[in-house]
Amino acid sequence: MEAGFLPRAWIQALLDALHRAGYRCVGPQVRDGAIVYDTLDRAGALPQGVRDRQGPGQYRLETTASPRYFSWANGPQALKPFLFAPHEVMWRAERDARGAIRFSEIMPAAEMLAVIGARACDLAALRLQDRHFLQGKFADPYYAARRKNLFLVAVHCTHPADTCFCASTGDGPRATQDFDIALDELDDGYLVQAGSDQGSMITAQLPLAPTTDAQRGIAEQEAQEAARRQTRGLPSRNLRDVLFANLEHPRWENVAERCLSCGNCTAVCPTCFCHGERDVTALDNSHSEHARQWDSCFTQGHSYIHGMTIRADTRMRYRQWLTHKLGSWHDQYGRSGCVGCGRCIAWCPVGIDITEEARAIGGGGGHG
Amino acid sequence: MVNAALPHEIEVVERIQESPTIFTLRLRFTDPVQHAAFRFEPGQFNMLYLYGVGEVPISIVSDPEDEKLFDHTIRVVGRVTRGLGQLKARDRLGMRGPYGRGWPLKQAEGHDVMIITGGLGCAPVVSVINYVIRRRDRFRRLIIMQGVKHSDDLIWRSQYSQWSKLRDTQVLVAADVGVALWPWHIGRVTELFDQVEFDPSQAMIMMCGPQGMMRVAVDHLLRRGVTEDHIHLSMERNMHCAVGHCGHCQYGGKFVCQDGPVFSYAEARPLFGIQGF
Ligand SMILES: Cc1cc2nc3c(=O)[nH]c(=O)nc-3n(C[C@H](O)[C@H](O)[C@H](O)COP(=O)(O)OP(=O)(O)OC[C@H]3O[C@@H](n4cnc5c(N)ncnc54)[C@H](O)[C@@H]3O)c2cc1C
Ligand code: SF4
Ligand code: SF4
Ligand code: FES
Repeated sequence: MEAGFLPRAWIQALLDALHRAGYRCVGPQVRDGAIVYDTLDRAGALPQGVRDRQGPGQYRLETTASPRYFSWANGPQALKPFLFAPHEVMWRAERDARGAIRFSEIMPAAEMLAVIGARACDLAALRLQDRHFLQGKFADPYYAARRKNLFLVAVHCTHPADTCFCASTGDGPRATQDFDIALDELDDGYLVQAGSDQGSMITAQLPLAPTTDAQRGIAEQEAQEAARRQTRGLPSRNLRDVLFANLEHPRWENVAERCLSCGNCTAVCPTCFCHGERDVTALDNSHSEHARQWDSCFTQGHSYIHGMTIRADTRMRYRQWLTHKLGSWHDQYGRSGCVGCGRCIAWCPVGIDITEEARAIGGGGGHG
Repeated sequence: MVNAALPHEIEVVERIQESPTIFTLRLRFTDPVQHAAFRFEPGQFNMLYLYGVGEVPISIVSDPEDEKLFDHTIRVVGRVTRGLGQLKARDRLGMRGPYGRGWPLKQAEGHDVMIITGGLGCAPVVSVINYVIRRRDRFRRLIIMQGVKHSDDLIWRSQYSQWSKLRDTQVLVAADVGVALWPWHIGRVTELFDQVEFDPSQAMIMMCGPQGMMRVAVDHLLRRGVTEDHIHLSMERNMHCAVGHCGHCQYGGKFVCQDGPVFSYAEARPLFGIQGF
């Protein structure tokens, strides 16, 4: 559903149309030296000419003379926090004087949210989270409530970071599905494409010009170039057999000597879903709230059962993470749990690189 | 959309002290309509919620056809189980469930049923023993093997003696340490395999206990010619959500809360006994 060309000066019209449709818009903005999604009312707040430099354990922004708003790759946040909240109260129990207990669910406010600038890797991760939280035997109503009201404006990547490897996982850099609108960013504006009926309703309100062959040609060329520029990659799209055949590989010990077991990789990973639940009682004991919070397989408590911890050391925890993400994820969801966003590489304090570890342990595995 | 995270109010009808640290709660929903709709299979578990303290996974030990009450036998080990242990008749708590996959009892019909447990009050299998005894004609021999560390740890002692008197039933109990008048074996329960009379080609094995014990038992059974898909084990992992969302019970490509806790050995084998999984 090719819609047309939107000159950069008119990008505010997109935000206005979304506001009119009842959405709160969040979009990329520079905060504390990183690009994060925050409430976006004025297009002027977009990070014009901002470019990122990423490497193992490194993330840095610099400004350029480019007029573009989206010439950066992923920041620390994906779409995950908008749907699977880092912390949320799930239900409340109230106990009366006679000891009777009443349970009431606490649902998130039904906010209509539009995300501007979603990347292909994050849309692929969203599909995996949908699969996990919505399509099993039990659907998660908290995730579902937010998912229902999400509107996605994707921007195809033209500036992958050095840490990006979505071309090797097959998830990017072009967004191919699950968006409402997708944008190709050119120097003077945007090629606008609608991906859903809601998307078409918004694009119909934009002052679009017909696109030209030249514009389409440049967009196509930039996308191909973006894929070609990626230097990292996984040795295969399915590493399950080779990883599980190498559970005693000396590299696990080697990575454990570097890994801090801090869990940053799991916090930034857009597909990690682990969380813990706990109860907090009001001081006057009138009610108690049951909340959940992101958790990580790198913590001691994650695998605790009375009297023992299943994964007592870092070697076992890193091995759990990698064999799950790149291996047993195939059994659960029919694909790898890695969408090639590279966040775990950039945000690891000691710069451990998932592609390098995968290659060291499973490098012999076939190619896909 | 049904919210599987939300508990329902239940009440304690009766509390039975089984041993100094093990007790049984006999329970029902306070809402009779909910109670009437409640169905489960032996080997499945519920999440019990103690007001203000938290939730824990606990197996259901009563008979699935008992429509009046359902029972949980619980050992006091930590925060939540200690609090549950202080409940009395008429106290209220929360419950959601049943969850997981239970024992293959339909598949076991027409077979010798062998139940092997190690450790204190291995609750999940007591439900199977009672289930088989109440439907005795559907099964062939019944073999009950229970190992405990200390002879004082054996709960339901008189029941073991009664079971051993039933026809086509063999009861083998062992304690690593036994006191005077302990009528059974002193040592490991797995040392008793040579005494077991059963047909390896027609047996269904169900076991629960420490992984080390299960490992020895599995090796012995495979040597006797039992096939991997006739050996079933109940696994224990940390659990929070019980519905396959929180990741705590991850076991390779499986969630113990959903795909288990009962697995055939064929399913569990790839990672069974490997430290860290
Ligand atoms: C499928 C299943 C069935 C079970 N059935 C029974 C039963 O019938 N009777 C019985 O006495 N016990 C049973 N257990 C063990 C029981 O769940 C734990 O003893 C209990 O969770 C300990 O909680 P706590 O708060 O008292 O202990 P703490 O040590 O204070 O535990 C804190 C938290 O750690 C986790 N945890 C600790 N131990 C375990 C464990 N063994 N398994 C899972 N999570 C754990 C829980 O999230 C718990 O809330 C079962 C466990 C599982 C997984
Ligand atoms: S494992 Fe790393 S590169 Fe892969 S999706 Fe997660 S954060 Fe991104
Ligand atoms: S991984 Fe691919 S889609 Fe994601 S930010 Fe990098 S280039 Fe863009
Ligand atoms: S207990 Fe949460 S996934 Fe199994």
